[in-house]
Amino acid sequence: MSTAPQDGSPVLRMESVRKTFGGSVVLRDVDLEVAPHTVTALIGASGSGKSTLLRCANLLEEIDDGAIWLDGEEITDPRADQDAVRRRIGVVFQAYNLFPHMTVLDNITLAPRRVHGASRAQAEERARELLERLGLSGKADAYPDRLSGGQQQRVAIVRALAVRPRLLLLDEITAALDPELVGEVLEVVRGLKDEGMTMVLATHEMGFARDVADQVCFLDGGVVLERGTADQVFGDPQQERTRRFLRRIVEAGRL
Amino acid sequence: MTVTKGESAREGADDKGDMTGGAGHAVPGAGDGYAPSERRLERERYKRARARRATAVAALSTLVTAVVLYLVVVNAPGWPRTEETFFSAQYAREAFPKVLEGLWLNVRLLLICGVAVLVLGILIAVARTLRGPVFFPLRVLAAAYTDFFRGLPLIINLMIVVLGVPALRLQGVTVDPVLLGGTALTLTYSAYVAEVFRAGIESIHPSQRAAARSLGLTNRQALRYVVLPQAVRRQVPPLLNDLVSLQKDTGLVSIGGAVDAVRAADIIVGRSLNYTPYIVAGLVFVALTIPMTRFTDWVTARMDRQRAQGGSI
Repeated sequence: MSTAPQDGSPVLRMESVRKTFGGSVVLRDVDLEVAPHTVTALIGASGSGKSTLLRCANLLEEIDDGAIWLDGEEITDPRADQDAVRRRIGVVFQAYNLFPHMTVLDNITLAPRRVHGASRAQAEERARELLERLGLSGKADAYPDRLSGGQQQRVAIVRALAVRPRLLLLDEITAALDPELVGEVLEVVRGLKDEGMTMVLATHEMGFARDVADQVCFLDGGVVLERGTADQVFGDPQQERTRRFLRRIVEAGRL
Repeated sequence: MTVTKGESAREGADDKGDMTGGAGHAVPGAGDGYAPSERRLERERYKRARARRATAVAALSTLVTAVVLYLVVVNAPGWPRTEETFFSAQYAREAFPKVLEGLWLNVRLLLICGVAVLVLGILIAVARTLRGPVFFPLRVLAAAYTDFFRGLPLIINLMIVVLGVPALRLQGVTVDPVLLGGTALTLTYSAYVAEVFRAGIESIHPSQRAAARSLGLTNRQALRYVVLPQAVRRQVPPLLNDLVSLQKDTGLVSIGGAVDAVRAADIIVGRSLNYTPYIVAGLVFVALTIPMTRFTDWVTARMDRQRAQGGSI
């Protein structure tokens, strides 16, 4: 679907990204590189800018300064076609954001049919295939409000995947779920990683981040304070603030 | 956590200008030592140029449209006669003060009927949503009321109330066409407004009622404290729309002989057979409506902004 270079150059690259809301600086100076077929986990306290970073990458927020590239093409250029950029990025939100007035199948086939020009038959075939794979084959004609949180979130993932995105952004996708439903959603993400999907996820599930992420970035004070492999960041954090953050997580029994 | 907060508070000062965009950020070096990069400046230059281009295109396109419209109208056959019959300066001057005098009546009618309509409308809407077998007749009556008065043409309603009721010669019942006209308007419009409120009540997600009831609130309390406040807020735009409509329809009380803006114009037209006073009265109503329409737009836009979760797409 996308004409992505396959030479290992980053899918997503951010340089000196700055974002403020009114007077408060949320992202001060963020650099980030996401290699193809890798998973990047953004961790950090609430309000450290994880979600904002994802929203900036999808152009839902306009950055103040710096630049973002998707497959080597600068998407923060005001001349860039925002819709074309968003067509290549899938997003899954914390609150699912499914369209309540549509069935599961219609939620999933909306973008493939209206944006990507797929026929109804093609779109529905792919949707059913994905639903099947995520264990939702019986739910195609149900309305989102009838599903459990975990099911809704899996539908949201299917909706994001249906257009074969180049990059998948996952914004605290398990934060609104019951603990016993968290597993089923994380299992899906793990499966996507095995298939080679490039993903950036903001998460509070440290155990999961440690398990699945190729790169872990600790956001603090509007910058990526520490980054590295999961073993480096979780096993041997260099910064005092990272250590303090992880200590609190451990105390809360989340790691 | 506390560290992060402290820092962002300290840095808070340097970016005041950013939301206004463009030239506002001329404070490099303040706070965290941030200075806009060349990339940002270039981007902003481009956006300003694009905005200038858009303004220029809009201005040119407006000018061309205006000239074309003017030429079409002025060169249309019959324009001189139209101008004399509908746009006579002499009759406009004569009609304007009388129309304004009459308009005061319309404004008073609007204010009083507006309040009555809102109160009655919300009562009827709530009556239709009441649960429980005791309220069955009330529900039926409320439904019948809205069905009947929404279907009944306003003009028939007015003629029956304004012209018909005085013919009954009932003791203690007014024959004042203004009061009767206002009553007729209130009857019809409260049916409309009740439906607006009902739609609002029903648009509130059942989970809200569930949350309220599970806190131990009674059905009535849930309605009063949780559902209605959200419903009313959501329905402000359509309500204002009905209010604008009501404002225009106050002109219909003139059929009973009350001298409002419309009747004042009518008197002069009947005498002179020149139709300019109608135009004057019409424009006065339009002039009164425009601020209300803008106000409606403003309220809607403000509510949308409040509800949006940051950033508009």
